[in-house]
Amino acid sequence: MATMIDAPPPTVAPPKSKSAGGGLGKYILIRFLLIFPTIFILVTLVFFLMRITGDPITAAQGGRLPQEQIDALVHQAGYDRNLFIQYIEYLGNIATGNFGRTISDGRSVAEMLVKFGAATLELSINAVVVALLVGIPLGMFAAHKRDKVSDAFLRMFAILCYATPVFFAGLLLKLTFSVGLGWFPVAGRASTTTELAMSRLAAPTGIYWLDALRSGDLAAFSDIVHHAVLPAVALGLLTAGVFLRLVRTNVIGTLGKDYVEAGRSRGVSEYRLVTKHAYKPALIPIITVMGLQIALLLGGAVLTETTFEWKGLGYQLAQYLTARDFVAVQGIVMLLAVIVAITNFAVDIAAALIDPRVRY
Amino acid sequence: MSATAIEPRKKSLLDRLPVSSHIRQSVGLQRTMLLIGVVLCGVFVLAAVFAPLLAPYGYSQISDDAGSFPAQAEPGGKHLLGTTVGGYDVLSRVVWGSQTALAVIVAAVVMSIFLGVFLGLVSGYFGGWLDRVLVVIADAIYAFPTLLVAIVMSIAINKGQSGFWGGILACGFAITAVFVPQYFRVIRAETIRLKAEPFVESAQVVGASSARIISRHIFSNATRTLPLIFTLNASEAILTLAGLGFLGFGIEPSSAAEWGFDLNKAMSDASSGIWWTGVFPGLAIVLTVVGLTLVGESINDLNDPRLRGRKAAGGKGSPDPAPGAQAAIEVEVRGF
Repeated sequence: MATMIDAPPPTVAPPKSKSAGGGLGKYILIRFLLIFPTIFILVTLVFFLMRITGDPITAAQGGRLPQEQIDALVHQAGYDRNLFIQYIEYLGNIATGNFGRTISDGRSVAEMLVKFGAATLELSINAVVVALLVGIPLGMFAAHKRDKVSDAFLRMFAILCYATPVFFAGLLLKLTFSVGLGWFPVAGRASTTTELAMSRLAAPTGIYWLDALRSGDLAAFSDIVHHAVLPAVALGLLTAGVFLRLVRTNVIGTLGKDYVEAGRSRGVSEYRLVTKHAYKPALIPIITVMGLQIALLLGGAVLTETTFEWKGLGYQLAQYLTARDFVAVQGIVMLLAVIVAITNFAVDIAAALIDPRVRY
Repeated sequence: MSATAIEPRKKSLLDRLPVSSHIRQSVGLQRTMLLIGVVLCGVFVLAAVFAPLLAPYGYSQISDDAGSFPAQAEPGGKHLLGTTVGGYDVLSRVVWGSQTALAVIVAAVVMSIFLGVFLGLVSGYFGGWLDRVLVVIADAIYAFPTLLVAIVMSIAINKGQSGFWGGILACGFAITAVFVPQYFRVIRAETIRLKAEPFVESAQVVGASSARIISRHIFSNATRTLPLIFTLNASEAILTLAGLGFLGFGIEPSSAAEWGFDLNKAMSDASSGIWWTGVFPGLAIVLTVVGLTLVGESINDLNDPRLRGRKAAGGKGSPDPAPGAQAAIEVEVRGF
């Protein structure tokens, strides 16, 4: 790696900023174009995997309706045609923004995605806030106490965070704080009255606490926060362990740098050294890896939402999967694929902006 | 890299076995963590193997000679860890669950090593369009949430899978889909590196067939890192299995005991204060995953001299991040 910096080709040296900009532009373009194969492959895989088992109507209604009726429905919906033709048609529909209607409850898939996507977004934001609040200070502390007892405990804590499935963490939290202490509600996003109030708002964002704040409804806001705490902690702790270790290793790395030593010799307090001098440069790798946690977060969201009956994409995905509603499942998976692909794109671009060596 | 060539004498078998040699190398905290991990893994494997002897009842047994088991009985007496709504004995389900977990791990890891290694070798050695296509597909799957990959796979496979082995294989396949891209990436990168080595070139010059070069020369060199990936992945396999079971896409409850499924059933008990149906299977998951993670990470650290704990000689805890610290950090970051 070092040799790559030490020996730049002589031709590149004089117009440095110009050539770097061109390289970056090209890199961004190539990286952007790579989003599409990723989404395309996932959509294709999901389409064919879902169809291996049969058509959506038999899967959803099999056994409940007489065979002739099912056959008629299948024929009507066109599921008895050549699979490849259906696939092309499906791609065409997606390209024109037509995601179809769900089989089990007859909603428009696009509407369903927007409605429940907001709930999942809210949960994810809450969880990331918890993860940052827990992970970063503890990580800095562990780096400061490197190889001491408290560091060992924090490392164990990080491993425990990873090893505890979110639904088990959720169960423990429920048992302790809902059933035992009665501080927080057992499940749901908000109480019924709040849900009703939120659905009556003129232009809702779908993110409850934001809506409640905008309408100035403090009772609803407090209700929403009460419901949000346990799911956010359950999902947040999963990623908090990752953040803790990331911050720890990176801060340990920067703590050994000369300028930190120089600061120490000037009499800068150890607290300030860890939280300012060593932490800021350590942030760069942390940010890129945080972006990569999106997949972990989304997978965890499916489990968290099921655990806490949080009616978001993950909860709906589980419901639709149980109902074998493949149209809805494909819609949700497609949206998740787009989110993951775009996040990875953003992360790569951020990494390229920070470190020129990443570029092609 | 050529450590074996430098060693003057042949080490005893105990020293050459992966885990025991690591225990001897380690010191202090690292050793404690490795030992805890080994013990936890040992308990898990023993429980799995001797489940028929250890479990007081069968996993789907709801009555014995004295009559049906009580439903939701508190821990103690005849049922050490209580019973569930359906009258299952919690302790028995937890013990039998370890057997299911072990079987699924072994099935999943064997299948993904087989597939991932094969594809990685072929793709890395031959290159060309096949390589490019496989890399794009592997990257697409790799970026996607693992649990969702497993769910989609399990739905595609799961139709009509009931019995114990059918369920195990279906779950194993679902998890395989998650892991194949990981093995593929590692092995492919290794293969590309090895392809440029002189011994491969000389084999080509001598006229060895591609199949022979891949299977003899590259395979044995490219697969050195596999034990490490195995331990790191085994813990993820357990979590994925539990997630599948929790969402109801795992093994049929009547054909095997599965921790994730039991936790799902325990969710509704929680609101009425019944804790024992969920806490024990959950603890089983956590302890197993912690054990596997500790072993995997310790081996990872010990294999990397820069991360290895320093022996007491240089004054313990001195703030000297070794010269290779930055590189070591990069390694650890990529490990996630």
